[in-house]
Amino acid sequence: MALLEVNNLEVYYGVICALKGISFHVNEGEIVSLIGANGAGKTTMMQSTVGIIPKKGGSVIFDGQDITKTPCHKIVQLGMTQVPEGRRIFQELTVYENLMMGAYTVKDQQRFKADMDRVFELFPRLAERRKQIAGTLSGGEQQMLAMSRALMINPKLLMLDEPSMGLAPILVDQIFSIIKDLHKAGTTILLVEQNASKALEISDRAYVLETGKITLSGTGKELMQSPEVQKAYLGG
Amino acid sequence: MKLLETLLNGLSSGSTYAMIALGYTMVYGIAKMLNFAHGDVIMVGGYTLYVSAVMMGIHPLLALLLAIICCAVLGVTIEKLAYKPLRGASPLAVLITAIGMSYLLQSVAQMIFGSADRMVRLFDLGRITVGSMQISTYTIITLACSAVIMAGLSLFVKYTRIGRAMIAVSEDKDAAQLMGINVNFIITITFAIGSALAAFAGFFMVLKSPPVNSTLGAMPGIKAFTAAVIGGIGSIPGAMLGGILMGIVESFAQTNPVIAPFTVAIEFSILIVILLVRPSGILGKKRREKV
Repeated sequence: MALLEVNNLEVYYGVICALKGISFHVNEGEIVSLIGANGAGKTTMMQSTVGIIPKKGGSVIFDGQDITKTPCHKIVQLGMTQVPEGRRIFQELTVYENLMMGAYTVKDQQRFKADMDRVFELFPRLAERRKQIAGTLSGGEQQMLAMSRALMINPKLLMLDEPSMGLAPILVDQIFSIIKDLHKAGTTILLVEQNASKALEISDRAYVLETGKITLSGTGKELMQSPEVQKAYLGG
Repeated sequence: MKLLETLLNGLSSGSTYAMIALGYTMVYGIAKMLNFAHGDVIMVGGYTLYVSAVMMGIHPLLALLLAIICCAVLGVTIEKLAYKPLRGASPLAVLITAIGMSYLLQSVAQMIFGSADRMVRLFDLGRITVGSMQISTYTIITLACSAVIMAGLSLFVKYTRIGRAMIAVSEDKDAAQLMGINVNFIITITFAIGSALAAFAGFFMVLKSPPVNSTLGAMPGIKAFTAAVIGGIGSIPGAMLGGILMGIVESFAQTNPVIAPFTVAIEFSILIVILLVRPSGILGKKRREKV
């Protein structure tokens, strides 16, 4: 059964239609990616799915529950969260405090400690810098912090919006290998990327989004070999 | 000695301004709006003290508690009825609504209590003599209470779960939602705390001078707002600093017979100077524009 099912999602900014009825699904245990150019509606899709921006039409079903009209903070409590585009960490708080914010809905102290240890194991760099003000971290470290912060609730589904944006190539590789590790550890992942080749390489399935519509879908491999995708996104 | 006396008076009226400024700054930081009806919440607090302590004869401290509750409920109600429906509307629409709310509160108060001053004499406070110095007990009470309240608020924001959520919402509302924070709830709490602080400010004001009328909160409200901007709007320590600075300047200006008539002009001029030199206020942070 699909963990996340989005049907005919429509989003408008004023009179401008940003998403013209898109449908996709993510099965439990998969990495699914959505690729597309700037302005295709990738971030809009992410934000409306999780309830940050309102939906005009369509439905979203997560883990068997209809969450079309559920407010964002409640969706997060159901186990679906998102690492937003541009990381959006709390710049003025320390690394540790950022992680505490991530665990805002976790009331069990023991679970909180265990999650914190797990995250520090995944990202030893953050453990070294736990007292540092987050705004002073490097771009790569901030991305790691944003991911750790989202992991603090043990999400069933982790949505990543452009995790490689603005990072040096060596860090991009590192972030993608971390995504693979997280997936191996059992987290279902929905990835939105401009870096199509990297995203397709690690994805089970993928969708291509073009100006508010899904134009292609298939397995990661299929899309990598598709002539349209090669031409438009892979520089082939 | 005169100098110390003036300083103490300045500190106490300054801490009253600080209490009000905190309400402006917290609401601005979290709901990103200027609540110009905030000053009038003080006035409602003043009338609550009048009704409960003077008309009904309740003990003044219980009356204070009642005023705190009334103001907190009023603040939350104003937000729910007037501001929440405008979330996402243009800042100008929200600003005009807030000004309208301010006049509404003043007019309703005038309809109920008339325009004559009502005297709220809560305690017979008197003065304390230390050496050659005469300090009014009001000054000491205001200073001590404000210090405790401001310290308490700072600890609350830094060390409690809700306090940290307030910081998170003020920094990035969307990211805060993604942490599972109910932004509406945090805004409600903020209005409740800000309005409760306004009730305290009203209490200190009637301790100093008993007459209460429908414009009781108007001038202190504007001055405290100025103080919040001077300190850096959105910043809690900034509001405290700005308020106290305002009080001290006021107190010193009033002791000099030549300058005294220009006290208010001087206070607002400081705002202009600060905005020219440091547009984000003394402790305000330059926020990175997020794209």
